[in-house]
Amino acid sequence: MRYRRSDLFLSLVLLGALMLVLILVDTAVTNRIDQDARRERQAIVKALTITDLCLSTEARYTRHPSMADWHAPFQEHPLSLEHFPSGSMIAVPPHLGAR
Amino acid sequence: MNTSSLAKQRYILDYAFASLLRRKSKNIALGLVYSFLVFLISTVLFTATSLKHEASLTLEDAPEITVQRLVAGRQDLIPVAYADSISAIRGIQSVQPRLWGYYFDSLSGATYTVQASTDLAENSGETVIGAGVSRRYEPEKPARKISENDILPFKTHDGHVKNLVVKGFFPAHSELITADLILISETDFRTIFGIQPGYATDLVIKARNERELATIAAKIVQLHPDTRPILRNEIMRTYEAVFDWRSGLILLVLSGTLCAFAVLAWDKATGLSAEERKEIGILKAVGWDTSDVLYMKFWEGAAISMLSFFVGVIGAYFHTFIASLVLFEPILKGWTVLYPEFRLTPSVTVYQLTTLFILTVIPYTVTTIIPSWRAATIDPDSVMRS
Amino acid sequence: MIRLVDVRKTFNADKPNEFTALKSISFEVTRESFVVLKGPSGSGKTTLLSLMSCMARPSAGRIFFNNQEITSLPERFLADIRRRSFGVIFQQFNLIKGLSLLENVMIPAYPSGEKFAVLKARALGLLDLLDITPRADAKIEWLSGGEAQRVAIARALINDPLVVIADEPTAHLDSRLSREFMGIMQRLNDGGKTILIASHDPVVYDSAAVERIVAMRDGQLETGGRLS
Repeated sequence: MRYRRSDLFLSLVLLGALMLVLILVDTAVTNRIDQDARRERQAIVKALTITDLCLSTEARYTRHPSMADWHAPFQEHPLSLEHFPSGSMIAVPPHLGAR
Repeated sequence: MNTSSLAKQRYILDYAFASLLRRKSKNIALGLVYSFLVFLISTVLFTATSLKHEASLTLEDAPEITVQRLVAGRQDLIPVAYADSISAIRGIQSVQPRLWGYYFDSLSGATYTVQASTDLAENSGETVIGAGVSRRYEPEKPARKISENDILPFKTHDGHVKNLVVKGFFPAHSELITADLILISETDFRTIFGIQPGYATDLVIKARNERELATIAAKIVQLHPDTRPILRNEIMRTYEAVFDWRSGLILLVLSGTLCAFAVLAWDKATGLSAEERKEIGILKAVGWDTSDVLYMKFWEGAAISMLSFFVGVIGAYFHTFIASLVLFEPILKGWTVLYPEFRLTPSVTVYQLTTLFILTVIPYTVTTIIPSWRAATIDPDSVMRS
Repeated sequence: MIRLVDVRKTFNADKPNEFTALKSISFEVTRESFVVLKGPSGSGKTTLLSLMSCMARPSAGRIFFNNQEITSLPERFLADIRRRSFGVIFQQFNLIKGLSLLENVMIPAYPSGEKFAVLKARALGLLDLLDITPRADAKIEWLSGGEAQRVAIARALINDPLVVIADEPTAHLDSRLSREFMGIMQRLNDGGKTILIASHDPVVYDSAAVERIVAMRDGQLETGGRLS
């Protein structure tokens, strides 16, 4: 027996745990670094009265989901069959169902 | 737990892990499928949480109320005159008309968001563009970036061409909100899109007291029943739900992987193979008791699920935050040519990781132990009798 | 040391294939004795061995080990006694494929949780005793019949048991290896271990090492026995 199997397993677990710690550190560090950029973005949002993040430029209801009206998908197709790939990923905003 | 029972667990772990390694290909396949499942779930979780976090911060100062006008269920232009009656509502500080829309550039195939801004001098023909816009390509010419003083030609609503001169760029790190944005003056906007001076796309409202927004919104609708006010918190909630697991494609992929996993779990659940049962018989015969055998089965399940957890979660982190969701890019990009390039800022917490760990390890381990129960209680003399 | 009082063992009770392997056995084995159970297959030898070595419980009757009654001892305690006091050599060796010799030998000692270095040293010592040390890291599948038998013996000895039990140990061996096996058993007996073997092989029951032969037929003991 060159090595104990449990040693192998435990080292893998340790490695994994270490990487998770690194992940948490990376999160903290990146957030820190991003602070200035974030503030600039906030300023732009305020100045230009921006309402949406630019996640996809495919359809108006994926580019400005918060502004989308209930019928935006219907304008693309009478049965509002999804033919935009991004529409299958970006979900319907909750407030469209509320009223 | 004293040292001897810890040592015992290590021995049992030795045996369990060796047992997994003996059936390498099957267990590697199992591990890969399971890792992929964890990878998908984690990616969705990380992306959704980070976007939610990012949106809540970035859109902190988004307009408090945005008023749209609906005609026959569709958004239509809003008369600027509405602003006068609305500004009389108690609690409103200011009402501003907004002019914005989409422009499809047939040359590049990209769709831009064009917005009018008072920051640009009227009729100047000047424009400020986002980083995604400056990256656009023209099919005949090799890919090149747009630079200052370049001309952007726009086809106007009445068939003419309006040339705009690029005078500035939005900073690269603002792509999350400005990637496809083209800022022009109000007159240039109306020239291009043909919107009459008395009309705007929508109105944005600044209120004195944030807590009165719902009341104000109700009053607006009373005043103008054809309007639809959108509150800032609704904008926020949009992004909380944006990568919901219910969104079509993610659900499809998740279902597929869950099915694959269910098949593998079923294979385990239908009981142990004759070889595995014989092995347990041997262990019992040489002096292991039922609980030792169950611990062994526990470690078999825990080992695969724990390693899958690490591979899946760590892979998801890399994929989401370092590789910028490269695997989902074709879907998010869809048929567009303008794709925002930004690195999501991670928002991973210990709570998330713990939840993922529990969801990953416990069900799988239970699936491994339960069918082994019967075999574990086998009589030690079974191996002698057969 | 091991005492059976009026023991009966029935399998599949109340079912159509009900079968009584042992019909009322009263039997005693003293410390350091060398006993062979002789009889045709189906005579109940294996069942008797399994009852004596804490691997099964009787359907009726009582069993004592070192004057402690073990008839209805809870499984955990029974397993503990079995592990510490009995070493079993199976007819088909029953070594675990895919693992090395050394690992196979060490497995019965895992539940005791003793220090790894100590256990490993003891296992290597046993392999040495049986002349198979060079193959310590080899996988079981690569062994010859004789080598596998010796690994099976080493495994039975890892917990330094009081009793060594063998069920038809020479069934898959030629005469030379069978005699070798009996030689090893004699050495163990000389060293103070109690040996119990079930066999219908003359090489076994005619061996000089054997002190007592107990004949069995149809689940019962035939009277008589030989003491050397």
